[in-house]
Amino acid sequence: MIIQFICRAILLGVPLLYGSTGEIITEKSGHLNLGIPGIMYVGAISGVVGSFIYENSCNNDIAQMNAFLAVIIPLLCAIAGSVIMGLIYCFLTVTLHANQNVTGLALTTLGIGLGNFLGASLINITKSELPSIALTKTSSFFATKLPFADKLGWFGELFFSHDFLTYLAIAVAIISAIVLNKTRVGLNLRSVGENPATADAAGINVIRYRYVATCIGSAVAGIGGLQYVMSYASGVWSNNAFGDRGWMAIALVIFALWKPSFAIVGSFVFGALCNANNYIQGLGTETQELFKMLPYVVTIIVLVITSMRKKREHQPPANLGLNYFREER
Amino acid sequence: MADKTAVKKHHEPLIHIVKRDDIPEWQAWLIRGATIIVALIFVGFLSMLVTEKGFFETYKIMFSGVFGRLLQGSTKMLWKYLQEIAILLCLALALTPAFKMKFWNCGAEGQALMGGLASIFCMIEFGEKLSYGALIAVICITSIIAGAVWGIIPAIFKALFNTNETLFTLMMNYIATQIIAYYVYIEGGGSNVINPVSVGNFPAVGNNDYFVNIITVAVITVVMYIYLKYSKQGYEISVVGESQNTAKYIGINVKKVIIRTMAVSGALCGVTGMLLVAGKDHSINTNLVGGQGFTAILMSWLGQFNPFIMVVMTAIVVFLKIGVAKVADSSFLNSSFSEIMVGIVILMLVGCEFFIQYSIRFRRKNKEVAK
Repeated sequence: MIIQFICRAILLGVPLLYGSTGEIITEKSGHLNLGIPGIMYVGAISGVVGSFIYENSCNNDIAQMNAFLAVIIPLLCAIAGSVIMGLIYCFLTVTLHANQNVTGLALTTLGIGLGNFLGASLINITKSELPSIALTKTSSFFATKLPFADKLGWFGELFFSHDFLTYLAIAVAIISAIVLNKTRVGLNLRSVGENPATADAAGINVIRYRYVATCIGSAVAGIGGLQYVMSYASGVWSNNAFGDRGWMAIALVIFALWKPSFAIVGSFVFGALCNANNYIQGLGTETQELFKMLPYVVTIIVLVITSMRKKREHQPPANLGLNYFREER
Repeated sequence: MADKTAVKKHHEPLIHIVKRDDIPEWQAWLIRGATIIVALIFVGFLSMLVTEKGFFETYKIMFSGVFGRLLQGSTKMLWKYLQEIAILLCLALALTPAFKMKFWNCGAEGQALMGGLASIFCMIEFGEKLSYGALIAVICITSIIAGAVWGIIPAIFKALFNTNETLFTLMMNYIATQIIAYYVYIEGGGSNVINPVSVGNFPAVGNNDYFVNIITVAVITVVMYIYLKYSKQGYEISVVGESQNTAKYIGINVKKVIIRTMAVSGALCGVTGMLLVAGKDHSINTNLVGGQGFTAILMSWLGQFNPFIMVVMTAIVVFLKIGVAKVADSSFLNSSFSEIMVGIVILMLVGCEFFIQYSIRFRRKNKEVAK
């Protein structure tokens, strides 16, 4: 029961981990990308479109499908789709100095619209009775587990029973933590977010760092959307099913105090909080609705506590949300 | 010869971006107007590609989708259109004082939901007990208070600890949503639906259910314009928005202004919730505001803090929302197509601000001659 609860929490937490790792990378460059919810939608639907085309090209026959292609095509599509969204955001905010909050929110509107529109179009093409597209074959490739997981009992279930996107998420978070804190590139990136004018004076290409960071961040977040469809929903896309996970990913950034390594733990805590209502005995449906606000309440508490303590290493990048124009110093 | 190579080594970029001094207001609006026209043509073009209908036919469907049989004398669709504008505009107006203060209130959705909750609660609980006039008064007061409280909570933390308001207000939305889900479950007896309540509704004026809503928002628009432009509080808001330090030096109590402004902002969102519940749906669900709280943020910003420009902007966006959805419907496509179009138009408008604030200078070719 407890093992099952933890596994479920991890499964629910992984899309948030992708989203928040992506957002942390972006925010470290000083850009608050509120378009992440939309970008995750686009990542998900791009992956779905990719695997839909691949499944059709194999005549929907699982025997004809190549495991590697079945995984890599949706993955690359998701990355491509979300990077395009990231580029739109960068072009507007970095090059055209547009307001970041407004651009991000408009991008979210656009992304959710794109996701639902393309999703509905695919449902139309399949002439399915249900308002969803099932890509269970592709999903089965994504769900391939480590062979020895079953033999290790609860230990195996806890640590080895997840699909590869879960391990990839943790790997991405750890790698970005190392890059941000231990390498020159990471130091430069952080300096761009803290004080772009100083970074510029030190010879760092502020514009390039911001573009690259935002695009990598978007790509990571986009994979999160794909993970939700392929692993959590077992390959079934239905409109609006992704819900407000994008916003939760942004909340998680604060919860994790802008540290990817904290985000790993944080995302699983969030997954557990999201899921707690199903595992506490004797809750009526109406109380369950109240329990669903737990992750948001916890985020607010963390937000307030970090702002009260004002510890220097727990603060957002100093120039977060501000555009940099070289001639305006 | 040596001099020449030295000059060449100095790499000069092809284009050079310069911040403009204030450009005349009419020129700025010319750029924005041109962008809107280009965006509308672009929308028509994309609709044409997707629906495989003629270019002008898509616009025809848009117009008939929004205005219905207006030319034949039926004003039913027109009133619906005005009602939609009123709701979005009211939210945008509510957010404007907060934005002018540089307080990113992303919680319009939640504040409106709480206002709506207060309204439906009063309608159900006091509907039978109070006279009509008293009931309406109670609905107004409670929903204003509910919205204001939901706005004040993040404002207090912003004022005291400088807590990030964007994310705080965002989280408050979801808490409000869950409270509504809880209330709907209890009141609907597990069915997740509250049947429309017949008491405490705003009166219909001349067969028109939405008249009260539209007039209310029209009044709020004018009052907000005066409040921001001519009142002392409006001035304080703009000073705090420009520079908190300046505000402190000239003796403005910044904390008080932040909390008071968010109370106004939240209260107006609460009013929007009330208009939605008492003036339109007569019921409530978690999707009452339907994401308009976020669109309103964009409207307020595109309106440049000027309520009357916001009227124009909301009119255009609501037109696109309804019209393009009709175009998509007519070709059996998903109506989310309109969200894509609204997103594109807003992004184009956001982008065009660049050409208002900056000018692009190209590298002069005959530079050496000039030297």
